[in-house]
Parts: sequence; C-alpha cells; structure tokens
Amino acid sequence: MSTALLTDITIFVLALLVGFEVISKVPATLHTPLMSAANSIHGIVLAGAMLIAVTANNALGYILAFVACAFAAMNVVGGYVVTGRMLKMFRRSRAPVAAADTPASVNGQRKGGQA
Amino acid sequence: MNAFDWVTQLLYVTSAVCFVLGLHLMNSPASARRGNQVSTAGMALAIATTFALVVHAGTVTATGWAVMIAGTLVGAGAGLYSARTVQMTAMPQLVSLFNAVGGGAAALVGIHDYVRLAGATTGVPEAITITTALDVLIGAVTFSGSIIAAGKLQGLINGAPVTFPGSRAVNIAAAVIGVGGGIYMIATPSVPVMIIIILAALTFGVTMVMPIGGADMPVVISLLNAFTGTAVAMAGFVIGNWALIIAGALVGASGSILTKLMADAMNRSLRNIMIGGFGTGDSTPAVAGPGGDVRSVAADDAAIQLAYAQKVIIVPGYGLAAAQAQHQVAELAALLEERGAEVSYAIHPVAGRMPGHMNVLLAEANVPYPQLKEMEEINPEFPRADVALVIGANDVTNPAARRAGTAISGMPILDVDQAKSIIVIKRSMGHGYAGIDNELYVNPKTSMLFADAKTALTDLIASVKTLVG
Repeated sequence: MSTALLTDITIFVLALLVGFEVISKVPATLHTPLMSAANSIHGIVLAGAMLIAVTANNALGYILAFVACAFAAMNVVGGYVVTGRMLKMFRRSRAPVAAADTPASVNGQRKGGQA
Repeated sequence: MNAFDWVTQLLYVTSAVCFVLGLHLMNSPASARRGNQVSTAGMALAIATTFALVVHAGTVTATGWAVMIAGTLVGAGAGLYSARTVQMTAMPQLVSLFNAVGGGAAALVGIHDYVRLAGATTGVPEAITITTALDVLIGAVTFSGSIIAAGKLQGLINGAPVTFPGSRAVNIAAAVIGVGGGIYMIATPSVPVMIIIILAALTFGVTMVMPIGGADMPVVISLLNAFTGTAVAMAGFVIGNWALIIAGALVGASGSILTKLMADAMNRSLRNIMIGGFGTGDSTPAVAGPGGDVRSVAADDAAIQLAYAQKVIIVPGYGLAAAQAQHQVAELAALLEERGAEVSYAIHPVAGRMPGHMNVLLAEANVPYPQLKEMEEINPEFPRADVALVIGANDVTNPAARRAGTAISGMPILDVDQAKSIIVIKRSMGHGYAGIDNELYVNPKTSMLFADAKTALTDLIASVKTLVG
C-alpha cells in the first residue's frame, strides 16, 4: 500500500464526514434542489474525462474520451442550470407575476410577507 | 512537486471549499441560490484548472483535442437543453439521467486508465486495480440502473415492479460474476475479464431496479445518487485527483442521507425495498371500499366549509402532481387567504417521486415557501385546523399506520384525522400503494369529494367565488 493511496483514503473519509455534517442540516423543503446540486457536483468527473485525452493515442482512447466528456459535460452543465432554475422558484412571498391571474394576490402578497 | 503541481492542487482544494460552502448555504431557501452560485464558481475553477493541466501535459494529440472539445460541447448542449426545457414534474427522470451519465463517465475514466496500464510493460499497480474494479463496477451499475429508473419514471418502462421467472437468479449471478471478476482482475490484470465485469454490472443494474415499484422511486433515486458519488470518488482514486475524491464523497454522503430519510419515511428497510414492492403500483382501481360509512359531498358544500374556515391545511400527494393540479390548488389557497384564512401545506417526505419533489412543484405554482411545512412541524397543528384538505395523498394519511399488524404499521403519517373536519378529493375509493383500506375515509369527520383533482379544485374555486363572493 502506497502513501498516496493512504492520503487518498484519508481525504475520502474526511470529505464523507464533512458531507454528512453539512447535508444533514438541509431542510426537507430543499431536498430536490439538494439532490440536483449534489448531482451537478459529481459532474466534476468532467475533470477526469478531460484527463483521458492526455494519454489517449488510439481509436479506443479517443472514443472513451469523447463519450466520457459528453456524459460528464451533460451532467455538469445540466445539473447547475436545472438547480438554479428550481431555486429561483422558491419565494418568500407570492410573486407579483400571479397578480395577473388572481385579483386576490395583492392581499395574498401582504400575507405572504408576514408569514 | 514543482510549482505548477502546487498551484493546481491548491486550486482544486479551493473548488472543494466552494462545493462544501455551496451545500452549506442550502440550509435555508433564502441562501440556497447563492449556494448554487458558489458551487458553480467552484466547478468552473476546477474545470479551468484541469484545462491548464491538460495543456501543461503537452501530450494531447490533435485528435485528442478534437474529441475532448467536441464531446464537451455536445454534452454541454444536451445538458443545457434538457435543463431548460424539463417540466418540474419530470424532475426525477432528469436527475436519474444525470446520475446515469455521471456514473457512466466515472466508469469510462476507470476503463481507459485500466486499458492503458494493462497495455504498458509495467503492468497495473495493485492499489490502482482495486479502485479501478470498484469504479467500473459501481459506475456501470449506476449507469444501467439509473437509465431503467428514468425509463420507469417517464413511463417508457412499466412503473410497476417487473419480475420474470428467474430474475432473482439472474440478479445474483450478475452480482457474483461482477464481484468474482473484480477480484480476479485485481490478482491478474486482464482486459477481457474487465469487459465481463462491465457486462455483469450493467445486467445487475437492470435487474436491481426492474422489480422496484413507483412509490419506492424516491429511495431508488437517492441510492443511485449515492452510487454515482462513490463511483466518481473511485475514479478520483484511479487517476489520483483529489477534487474528484472530495466531490464524490460529498455526493455519496448526500445520497446516503436521503436514502435513509426516504426509507424511514416509509418505515421500510432498504433490503425490503430492493427485493420488490408490496403493491403492484399506485393506480390500481378499487375493488371494495370500507362500505356504507363513507360520506360523499358535493363541491358546493365542500366550498362553503372551506370558505368559512379559519385555518386550512392542504395535504398534497403524488396524485395532485399526476393530475397537474398544482396551480389550481395554489389558486384556491390564495382565494381562501384573501378571505382571511390561514393556509399551510403539510408535506410528507415521500410525497412525490423524489425527495422533496412536492415542494418544488408547489414552489413552481407560486406557493410561498414559508407555507410549506414538514411533517414534524405541521403535525401538532392539525387539531387546530378547521379543515384538512387531502388531495391525491393516501397511505401517508392512514391512521391504520399507528396500529400494529397492518401493511403500513409504524410508517410516520400526517395526523390528518385530528383536524376538526376533513375533505378528501379522490377519484374513487381506490387503494394506495400499500393496497389497504384507508381508515381516514370512514371517519365521521371526513367528507369525500369524488372527482379528478383538477376538476374538483376548479369547481371549488368557482363555488367559493360565486357562493360567498
């Protein structure tokens, strides 16, 4: 067993513990965005996919690099964009956009602000 | 270590800090958006650092550059398009798909490294082979499992538990071949053996998810999310990259926590869920309800009850989302609020097809998040509620869960039966996923409004408007 592997395992275990600590504080209301955010974080595999290209020098290597880059880039870009889209919808009070649909919303907005 | 290595490692550590901070900021809806921005910045930094590494290596061929850039652009385009166009109800499918590609990419990183080293004269170091075997196994299982999960959620594959004679045997055989092959691969580097374990792992992923039914999907998605994280961390071990190890571990932790929360919310062990659902799906039409004790009500009467209520608690379930009635429920709530009622939503952890799904659907329908209450928070409030309006939720409201000896005994439920009166909007007396009668429906305080959720809510809105102006 090399020192490098030991260091890697140490980092892995500590990161797991940090993850448990930080994530157990996320409220259930945000569990879907949380999962989507976690999803985009594992898009870091794009770094690994790009590094394939460093050593790729035959057809198989190129195919693996292409597919891995495509998969990982889809993961990372899609993950961040959709998480942002979801989080944008979480508002403290009823948005004025709805005012057009329901005449009630002026009142609703005030109440929402108090809540 | 030279100066370049120092700088890149420190930049990777910085991006890891951004990921942790980003997740930390998600502890409240108010700061969550900033959290996502911090996390995005960290990712941009990590990718830029990797790009510098690739350039610095100086060994990339022209074809290498072309495939790398083309692959990234194609993937980024597909990701951007799907993220921009996806319906919020289809969110679980998209998350599954991202799990699939993430796990798949992690497996490919391991495969490439293994093939490259096996071809070299020095052979594959043992420490690398262990992590490669784990990376390829977990990554491939995640890839095929997540695709099946996405197919089930999208309705492309039968959402009910699918089993065929011998499916368990195939599942076990695939697991044995995968693990056995993995061990062989560690002892004796061999590319053909690796191909066999890839195939075994892909088969295992399919046979693992096929027997799992619709309402258990929140658990499956969480579990596959944890798998993807672990696969990415293993890919980090293989190529010796700390950023991958840390990010993968964070996701592994997140997926594990959510898996446990979801399994607890259904009071079922992970093992029990993996072996197969108890029902056959959640849309089975009713055969026999509890009989004549059920009181049916017209929309007009229900509307009057709601219009004069001081405190209303809405209990949405997946049926609401399936009927696409989130906007109607939000409109009704706004109308009642305007009349001075206090409205809140009681959200069970497994309402929806992924953890927290119902909150996103209601947030999209413009419901302010302070009104979205978690189970522990809302349960003490039910006795003070004048009306509890149950829409498309079934098993999570069944008081039978408090008694021993029923299919759902011990499952945490919403204390809907403690409200002063209860209105249940439901198409028929059909059973929920657990396939048992809901004792809430025969409660003397309960009135049943038999209709499709969307129609019923539209009628209620109209009645509240006309009857009481």
